[in-house]
Amino acid sequence: MGKRILMFGWEFPPLVSGGLGTACHGITRALAELGHRLIFVMPHGEGLAAFPGLTIVSASAVLAASATARSIGPAAGEGRDPCPTRLFLHPYLTVRPPKDDAPIFREWPADSLLAHAGGYGVDLFAEVGRYARAGEILAARTSFDVIHGHDWMAVPACLAARRVSGRPFVLHVHSLEYDRSGEGLNDEIRAWERRGLEGADRVIAVSNYTKEMIVRHYGIAREKIAVAHNAVSAAEGRRVYRVPAADGEKRVLFLGRITYQKGPEYFVEAAARVLEEMPETVFIMAGSGDMMAEMVEKVAALKIGRRFHFTGFLQGRQVEEAFAAADLYVMPSVSEPFGLTPLEAMMYDVPVIVSRQSGVAEILKHAVKVDFWDVAALAEKMISILKYPPMAGELAARGREELRGLSWQTTARKIVAVYDSL
Amino acid sequence: MAARRRHAAPPGASGGDEHMSAVCLYFQVHQPRRLRRYPVFAIGKEHDYEDEAGNRKILDKVAEKCYLPANDILLDLIDRHGGEFRLSFSITGVLLDQLERFRPEVIVGFQALAGTGCVEFLNETYHHSLAFLYSGKEFRGQVDRHRRRIAELFGLEGETFRATELIYSDALAAAAADMGYRTILAEGATAVLGTRDPNRVYEAAGGGGIRVLPRNYRLSDDISFRFSRRDWEGHPLTAARYARWLHELQGPETVVSLFMDYETWGEHQWAESGIFSFLKALPGEILARSDFSFVTPREAALRQPAGELSVPEFRSWADTERDLTAWRGNALQRDALEALYGLEEAVAATGDRDLTEQWRRLQTSDHFYYMCAKGRADGDVHRYFNPYPSPYDAYINYMNILDDFSRRVGKEKRA
Repeated sequence: MGKRILMFGWEFPPLVSGGLGTACHGITRALAELGHRLIFVMPHGEGLAAFPGLTIVSASAVLAASATARSIGPAAGEGRDPCPTRLFLHPYLTVRPPKDDAPIFREWPADSLLAHAGGYGVDLFAEVGRYARAGEILAARTSFDVIHGHDWMAVPACLAARRVSGRPFVLHVHSLEYDRSGEGLNDEIRAWERRGLEGADRVIAVSNYTKEMIVRHYGIAREKIAVAHNAVSAAEGRRVYRVPAADGEKRVLFLGRITYQKGPEYFVEAAARVLEEMPETVFIMAGSGDMMAEMVEKVAALKIGRRFHFTGFLQGRQVEEAFAAADLYVMPSVSEPFGLTPLEAMMYDVPVIVSRQSGVAEILKHAVKVDFWDVAALAEKMISILKYPPMAGELAARGREELRGLSWQTTARKIVAVYDSL
Repeated sequence: MAARRRHAAPPGASGGDEHMSAVCLYFQVHQPRRLRRYPVFAIGKEHDYEDEAGNRKILDKVAEKCYLPANDILLDLIDRHGGEFRLSFSITGVLLDQLERFRPEVIVGFQALAGTGCVEFLNETYHHSLAFLYSGKEFRGQVDRHRRRIAELFGLEGETFRATELIYSDALAAAAADMGYRTILAEGATAVLGTRDPNRVYEAAGGGGIRVLPRNYRLSDDISFRFSRRDWEGHPLTAARYARWLHELQGPETVVSLFMDYETWGEHQWAESGIFSFLKALPGEILARSDFSFVTPREAALRQPAGELSVPEFRSWADTERDLTAWRGNALQRDALEALYGLEEAVAATGDRDLTEQWRRLQTSDHFYYMCAKGRADGDVHRYFNPYPSPYDAYINYMNILDDFSRRVGKEKRA
């Protein structure tokens, strides 16, 4: 029998700043296809396209309606958002202390390539609090079987919903503060993660890697944690066709937030080594983040700026074009609970190198893997893939095969098994 | 255009035993060819690099606000003072090319000024570049091209040299002397002169007798930076008051060198500030004392030098440091410059005129100035002139273009 799921997620396409929105889309769609019905609560979110079985509710609409004492049910949730000021806040607040030689701007001008998407500097925690209040209101007047929350931003809302409804709460962990920040962890975020992990009835981790982190850092019992790997769906890619580079030059892509977690400096250092051997190679770092200025400076100091380029934050079709133009995708993350981007790259027949410190490495049997800190090995592997087309072709072919074995329906079935265990 | 009377050489320029005090005016005239936003994915596909519409808009604005009205006023002043008002310009090749195409009447105005015989036109690198720091050959080529262009447009053979942004060193003076120049301009701040008098002419150390004219930066900046600043004690500045300051410097062999951007008149200092009224009144106020005259740099160099000036390190008129840090003070700038000049041989090997011209346009110093990430007051000046939201954006954009350009060079070379 189909379950009624009250789901709290911070992002949903097209409003995404990272992999979370993409994963939420894949998961909800597959759950709906399996016959379950979902109410998906976003902080804001005007006019998002849902599909049968899914209703998207904007928390700000719930609060506004509640303030004017007007009744609002999930059925009306698709209504216009009364305060669509900010579509989403960046949930992955990073709080690394500024360095002595901090860049000249505290806030980058909006038209700068270094401007962050989503934006920091707004009160994320206050927003999380409002989101929780909306969750509480909604839970009191809606009937459902299970509460499903994604990452720490959803924890206050889920705990509130659980309190008023008595329904079980499943926390789905896509990333942890430990992954995101290295040193300089945000205590408040960590505290919410702990409350969520301890207060949830079950926990779903996107990888064994993340499951072990939860066990190690939060002391949660292994039995409480299930693993449901992410997937990709054919609809998520392939609207742009591969663009072979002019003159046979090779293009290597990094795509993601330029933050500590993503290991951008290892990519830059490896690029410098590759360029010594293959000076015509082009390196592209796509994305923005709090380490971007530092990476630009590093590229300049290594004197490789003529072949190493920055695009700033990309979205939609630009992302697809970036994948389609790449000859090699590298994800050198320092700590990556899952890492969807390599799968997206593989859909464009792009060979990928991923760090062993990633969840996606668990499900890619044939991908090239390196330890993020091993710049020499990374450079060496990059060179062999770039230099030997048969190797690149073989990797792309195996990648295609591996992708065929991945589906969001598999993920959804594992999630449903968790629901059934409650 | 009506024929103008050529004015005689100024009094005191013929070389008597002692020269009266003089004021030497020189205006730098330059507008870069700013680059367009060039995204990574244009590399290998799009080969147009300049923001043509933006450059045109700025050129029109500066022509209307400064070049045209200021040229008229100067011509009028020369006529009114019967040849006693004299001045000099250095107009970059980069600007001349743009003016010739879009605002030829500005060039006609400069030609009218040249026709009075009271205006000297200086030589510099055609592309307003830093070539001297990277390639002697390229530097000479650009200076030579500028000399020819100036001679062709204004009928005057250059005798005075000024390097981009008043960059100066002993080596540069020697190179200018070697190319036949008898006078070179320099910054006159303490970083260059130490405790010496900025209001004198010097002989460059090891420069084969070439004379150095240092800029009186205080009096120059009183006009170019401070004229309309209400919080400055000199505000509001009248021509009479300013002339009094100059007259206080009276002495044998004195030359007060006032060097600034031509855009000071009407662009950096708007017409509403009264800058044009100031300009119109200034020569009369200065010449009101019969022991003061105007000279051009060539004429100033005839004065008795106050001694030998040695400047082993590069200096310039930029920022508080007065050195090269405005253009190559950080890693971004150094990477861009070295990557650009690293292409010299490859560009030459193509023998392709368009590619060579493109390479030279990419040398214009403004591109590197935009990458300067200095804070505080200098940072404000940089941001005023910067078409990019940040120095990082300037670097990223420039390097995208340089990647595309270097690929074109590589392809041409192989072909």
